Amino acid sequence: MDNPGQPPPTQASRFDIELMVNGTGYRLAVDARTTLLDALRDRLHLTGTKRGCDLGQCGACTVLLDGRRINACLTLAVMAQDRAITTIEGIAGAGELHPMQEAFVEHDAFQCGYCTPGQIMSAIGLLAESRDIDEAAIREHMSGNICRCGAYTNIVAAVRDAASKGA
Amino acid sequence: MLAFSYAAAPDAASALSLIGADSNAAFIAGGTDMLQLLQEAVIAPRSLIDINALPFSGVQVERGAARIGALTRLSDVADDPGIRQHFPLLAQALLETASPQVRNMATVGGNLLQRTRCLYFRDATVPCNKRQPGSGCPAQDGLNRINAIFGGSEHCIAAYPGDMAVALLALDADLLVQNAQGERRISLADLYRLPGDSPQHETTLAPGQLITTVVLPPNNAAGHSHYLKLRDRASFEWALVSVAVALEMDGTRVRRARIVAGGVGTRPWRLARIEEALRDERLTPDRARQTGDLAGDGAAPRDGNAFKVPMLRRAVERALLTAGGIA
Repeated sequence: MDNPGQPPPTQASRFDIELMVNGTGYRLAVDARTTLLDALRDRLHLTGTKRGCDLGQCGACTVLLDGRRINACLTLAVMAQDRAITTIEGIAGAGELHPMQEAFVEHDAFQCGYCTPGQIMSAIGLLAESRDIDEAAIREHMSGNICRCGAYTNIVAAVRDAASKGA
Repeated sequence: MLAFSYAAAPDAASALSLIGADSNAAFIAGGTDMLQLLQEAVIAPRSLIDINALPFSGVQVERGAARIGALTRLSDVADDPGIRQHFPLLAQALLETASPQVRNMATVGGNLLQRTRCLYFRDATVPCNKRQPGSGCPAQDGLNRINAIFGGSEHCIAAYPGDMAVALLALDADLLVQNAQGERRISLADLYRLPGDSPQHETTLAPGQLITTVVLPPNNAAGHSHYLKLRDRASFEWALVSVAVALEMDGTRVRRARIVAGGVGTRPWRLARIEEALRDERLTPDRARQTGDLAGDGAAPRDGNAFKVPMLRRAVERALLTAGGIA
């Protein structure tokens, strides 16, 4: 048992927290039950991250946490302190799209666009995992993102194209 | 989501002290199942104890044995070179678990303790003996397609939903468990309880106990193991039937087999009779088929899940063929 002398931390249901999102620190007061998704959308007004199922099943809320893709709906905001959070608003450079965004435009990889921010963040997370990427692998490793319009064929083409260009 | 209080424990002593102070407290780590349960009001803990800062993360593989910290994320276990080399069955089962996003969040300890996907357990508006003891089990004659064919009782037929525990049981895993008095080692085979007349008690862990480590002994089955998962869609779906096979082979002869099924039992379901039937037998396509035929023995299927009996038989056959390298 480590540090047996240390007093346990006190519990609370409200917290003043700081979230580091796209390189900017935001201070906010949250209820303990506020999810990271709710904090991003309703408190920081970063509404690019979408709410779909709120149960981790659709992937519309995908963001990067310390560079790894996660579901923002399955994380409490209070648990995301001291981590680097990247949302769809944070990936483009000054005046130019991220190569994955370019590839999605180029390949017409969406119809209604609601799932697109999550698809793009998930695809960026996938390429960062440095796996061997072929079409089957892309389909398997993008399975956490649902597209109700069925744009999968073009999403796979966009991810493949971005991977080949070293996005 | 109902209100709760939250505290991040800096170390194990704090975590155990906090959980001991509130009979309605729960640990939270990856949160992937906990947030679903909270969102749908399936559970309503008064306080959550965040254990992510505890020093139980990481994989060590030495001389063919492994120690996996309970806070290690599923993706990190699946991608670990030592796990892939010595325990490919585990890596395979993990890569077929959930989605990449969930695997980046979910922890080994949390995954072992994930709750059932039974439709009635997950719907807080209907009776369920597991969620509300004594309220009844609508799954018995209701929508029971995903429910268990082994290990159920008149009070509960909820299936254990996971993949990892099925593979770990086939790999003869132990767990290190800590409480305020210290640490003890238990067999994974002794973790899960049958529902009987108290389906709300799912494990043999006492309140306030913390899984810290999964311990895997060396095995000689790395070249002859397979995890076969059958489900309604090809990825990001729970198993209807899964089979973990780990074979120690001497040429074409089976020296020792461990075979565990998922999706079919109220806990990961070891097929001990089949393991015995294979011992010292030559593994051939005929033998695999005959062995598979034994797999449904003792099943108690309901109207909606009777299909799992033949599905399990053929899954065992196919997993044996693949593991044995004769498919």
